[in-house]
Amino acid sequence: MSVAFFIIALLTLLSAVAAMTLRNLIHCALALAFTFAGLAAAYLQLGAQFVGFVQLLVYVGAVAILIVFAVLLTRGREPATQGIFSPKWPVGAAVALGVFGTLAGLLLSSRVLHHEAAAIAQAPVRQIGEQLMTHYIVPLEVLGVLLTAALIGAVILAMHERESDSPPPSKT
Amino acid sequence: MTSLDAYLLFGALLFSIGLAGALIRRNAIIVLVGIELMLNAANLNFIAFWRFGPHPEALTGIMFVLFSIGVAAAEAAVGLALIIAVYRHYRTANVDQIDSMKG
Repeated sequence: MSVAFFIIALLTLLSAVAAMTLRNLIHCALALAFTFAGLAAAYLQLGAQFVGFVQLLVYVGAVAILIVFAVLLTRGREPATQGIFSPKWPVGAAVALGVFGTLAGLLLSSRVLHHEAAAIAQAPVRQIGEQLMTHYIVPLEVLGVLLTAALIGAVILAMHERESDSPPPSKT
Repeated sequence: MTSLDAYLLFGALLFSIGLAGALIRRNAIIVLVGIELMLNAANLNFIAFWRFGPHPEALTGIMFVLFSIGVAAAEAAVGLALIIAVYRHYRTANVDQIDSMKG
């Protein structure tokens, strides 16, 4: 087992746990950005350079910033004394543990997985671009339409409500 | 070289952490973050299977992850806009208090 993989996995999992357990939401967002960067490092280590850089651009660059904006826009007069976990958290933790136990048990008992990588796999960007422009052109266009629809939908959803519905408090 | 099952275990752990966060946190934004973590764990599995699979030159795992990242970005944008709209209406982002269908 390579040392690089071990370090990447450990840091990524630790920051994922931090993102899920910290009380301050901004700290959660920072830990999440670190988790995404760790995953990008894992992709790079696996030889998928393009996906690693896409992960950095989209997740660390866009999604983490979007989450920080959402945190800043939605934090208000909520009492800080409230617990951050749901009152029924043992049920959720038990479900997550059960899912992990099932997955890990199946993984470790499977016999088809225990073979090593044959050769050095490469994914040159030129080949990815050619495939995207020829074989995967229809899904690519559909994804463009989906992103446009999501953009318009997000703007419409986040627009201000009508004044008569719920007047925003003028207290600053 | 690290073998496939180490990466799959890594992905399973990440998925479980995201699932636990989505199930037990009270803030809607962190619930969304947990869902993002689960999506990323699935992406990691795709890349690992691409790398250790019998036909890495076909690039199917790479393509699936690229499209998955695009769809996840759209999902995050719409989800956060929904959370902001709900917050503006209820004045809270606590998923335990957002429990009425019409209000």
